[in-house]
Amino acid sequence: MIEPSSVIQMRGIVKRFPGVLASDHVDFELRRGEIHALLGENGAGKSTLMNILAGLYRADEGTIVVHDKPVNFSSPRQAIQAGIGMIHQHFMLVPSQSVTENILLGLDHPRFRLRLAENERRVAELGEQFGLKVDPKAKIWQLSVGEQQRVEILKMLYRGADILILDEPTAVLGPAETEQLFKTLRGMTTQGKSIIFISHKLNEVMAIADRVTVMRRGKVTAADVSTKSTSTAELARLMVGREVLFRVQKQPQTPGPVVLAIEDLTATNDRGLPALQKLNLQVHAGEIVGLAGVAGNGQRELAEVATGLRRAASGRILLNGENLTNQPVRRAIARGLAHVPEDRNRVGSSPNLSLTDNMIMKQYLQSPIGRGWQLDAGEAAAFAQRLKQSYEISAPSVETQARLLSGGNLQRLILAREITAQPKAMIAMQPTQGLDVGAVEVVHRLLLEQRQQGVAILLISEELDELLSLSDRVAVIYEGAIVGEVTDGDIEKIGQLMTGSV
Amino acid sequence: MDPIIILQAGVATGTVLLFATIGEIFAERAGVLNLGVEGMMLMGAMSAFSVANSTGNAWLGVLVGMLVAGLLSQLHAFIVIQLQADQVVSGLALTFVGTGLSLVLGEGLSKAGAGALLPRFSLPGLAAIPFLGPIFFTNQSVMVYLGYLLAPAAWYYIYHTRPGMNLRAIGEYPAAADSMGVNIYRLRYFYVFVGGMLAGLAGATISLAVSPGWFSELTTGGQGWIAVGLVIFAQWNPLRAMFGAYAFGALRRLILDIQGPALLFGASNIFKTHQSLTYFLEMLPYAFTVIILVIGSREAVRNRLGAPAALGVPYVRGERGR
Ligand SMILES: Nc1ncnc2c1ncn2[C@@H]1O[C@H](COP(=O)(O)OP(=O)(O)OP(=O)(O)O)[C@@H](O)[C@H]1O
Ligand SMILES: [Mg+2]
Repeated sequence: MIEPSSVIQMRGIVKRFPGVLASDHVDFELRRGEIHALLGENGAGKSTLMNILAGLYRADEGTIVVHDKPVNFSSPRQAIQAGIGMIHQHFMLVPSQSVTENILLGLDHPRFRLRLAENERRVAELGEQFGLKVDPKAKIWQLSVGEQQRVEILKMLYRGADILILDEPTAVLGPAETEQLFKTLRGMTTQGKSIIFISHKLNEVMAIADRVTVMRRGKVTAADVSTKSTSTAELARLMVGREVLFRVQKQPQTPGPVVLAIEDLTATNDRGLPALQKLNLQVHAGEIVGLAGVAGNGQRELAEVATGLRRAASGRILLNGENLTNQPVRRAIARGLAHVPEDRNRVGSSPNLSLTDNMIMKQYLQSPIGRGWQLDAGEAAAFAQRLKQSYEISAPSVETQARLLSGGNLQRLILAREITAQPKAMIAMQPTQGLDVGAVEVVHRLLLEQRQQGVAILLISEELDELLSLSDRVAVIYEGAIVGEVTDGDIEKIGQLMTGSV
Repeated sequence: MDPIIILQAGVATGTVLLFATIGEIFAERAGVLNLGVEGMMLMGAMSAFSVANSTGNAWLGVLVGMLVAGLLSQLHAFIVIQLQADQVVSGLALTFVGTGLSLVLGEGLSKAGAGALLPRFSLPGLAAIPFLGPIFFTNQSVMVYLGYLLAPAAWYYIYHTRPGMNLRAIGEYPAAADSMGVNIYRLRYFYVFVGGMLAGLAGATISLAVSPGWFSELTTGGQGWIAVGLVIFAQWNPLRAMFGAYAFGALRRLILDIQGPALLFGASNIFKTHQSLTYFLEMLPYAFTVIILVIGSREAVRNRLGAPAALGVPYVRGERGR
């Protein structure tokens, strides 16, 4: 056997952001032909470290050696030239352009005239070679998330990258697409590519990675961990620094009266096509109803209509018997409807406002924070400080802008705000997407506490495990209607209902 | 009121709009809204006329007019690309600066009679085509013919070349282009400069060809604003801009000509007898522009028309929470 040769060596990498030490003397090593997982809590500094490697950020200190040559990238272009390609959490694709155009973006050839037909053939060949099937002529906006990801990978392969960085590639994929991606990645390593893989899903890491590096608060806490000689529990402990309960403790509890009732609800999506078709659903006090379904079957529209953000064409939404259909959002808030939206960065929070401003969004009209038409800044800050402490939101101060929070901390902020408003019902959509195991545990605990308090919770999620462990019942949505309900955790039945094959 | 003459003159005035519109299309495709078109056109018109008059060389005038407007555009570029200020405010300020400067520097120029002008000629052969010949190819300024070449060339550049593809990308999703090593900042400066040069060319076309002379701010008479509206009407496509520019040019000419004859369609010409009606007519292109701008500023409409998604948004690398 040949000695495993390292293709990347990072030594003593330091990166400071205002108020945060995102990378604190980090060492990292990648070997040829391996899949190396980078693990860590939200805000641990994984993306920062990889952005440095990909030339997007510059390290304040430290050295990087790629293929035995010291490098100092000042732009992504130089990193790509050195063979390093990064696939970001948010796809870097131009929606209005075709697959091939996106792949050619920023290249020096063709010199002037685009001869797309030629390049389309090359893209198709490359797709064939690595098992990344996608139509080279299709426009990006027409593609599914999984296909877009394939374009991202192709973009790097087309440039001859032999080191690929994938930042949470599976966060947006369904189970089938994830399986497909893993097959591709394994195939690529046999063709000499080396891969860095960031994920919060530990079972995925165990399934795909050869070695693991764990980060915590900007430092490496464990390196060169072989997946052959570890377990998910061990990895979780390394990440969070304490034992993580994978089983949630759900107290048995008899649900109370109906709190949230949705009757014959019909609505359209952004493009004016029917999204909800006579949907009926009831949530009782002290009950979590899980809503399962393949993305795009009306989940988003349901959450929006129910919270007053989208108009209902017909049907009713009742909260404790009061009709809230097509009423102003403020009415729903006043009656005790909480909302944890899917897009926590743009709907759930206002990125450029401070933590304080984001936290008082449901309190500023009432005393003590609101005084007539004035705001009591002192009270507001004290309120925010209290929430920051009791929900353990880590940020330099309550004056920090919300956009600088990590995903897990932002979600805590949103939950803190919604819960302190003492809701009667709560609609939570994908509340744990992109969160680390520790943060997921916190969110689950908070949701269960609310259930204990008698709040009626509608939990919309694509994670079946999460739905099954938290929900009292799981309803399945398909093409805008509820097609069935499962109370005994029968996964197979749910799967069939989700694909409309019952 | 000969329709052929109206259309022929419409194409000539439309050429001014065409240059300015294509210039603004380049800037906006790169993601930079420049509302300073009117100001840049005035500076272009003034300096072109001034140089042509003092040197006797109209082409030198055109060149200087383009460069001066191009330089002025870099003020806007610096403010919105480097300092990331609001593009609307900076663009409006640029119009004020351009207008003010051209009035001061052009003082006395209006008494100077037209000196060296750009040549006008007919295209042999093409001029003989019935109907189209007299409108498009007879006794037109060299600038009009340049317009016929520029619009398709700009269209080809944007949609069928590699730099054009990069241009579209930096206006749609600059982060994607940046991550692939496209230099967003340099390209945005460049295309704002191109936009400025074309606005200067539009100005020079007025003062050295279409209606020669320097008449202070009446030289452009708000055509820069019409161009800004035409960009939306043209859906950021130079070929559509051609159509819109000539149509608007013809409309302007029709509004002038309709006030001439004593009889209109056999009846007495109400536009001649009722002065207020002609004011109303003269207002129409501007009212139309305002309506396009208002409608075109709505998010949903913009998306449908295919506005560059990052238009008006400063680019900051690695910014969170975009
Ligand atoms: N551009 C930035 N400006 C300021 N602070 C930043 C910036 N990018 C990251 N940070 C901070 O640096 C720390 C590390 O962030 P990073 O995004 O690398 O975490 P991560 O491990 O990728 O987390 P996640 O799992 O949530 O993606 C966080 O505290 C974050 O708030
Ligand atoms: Mg990250």
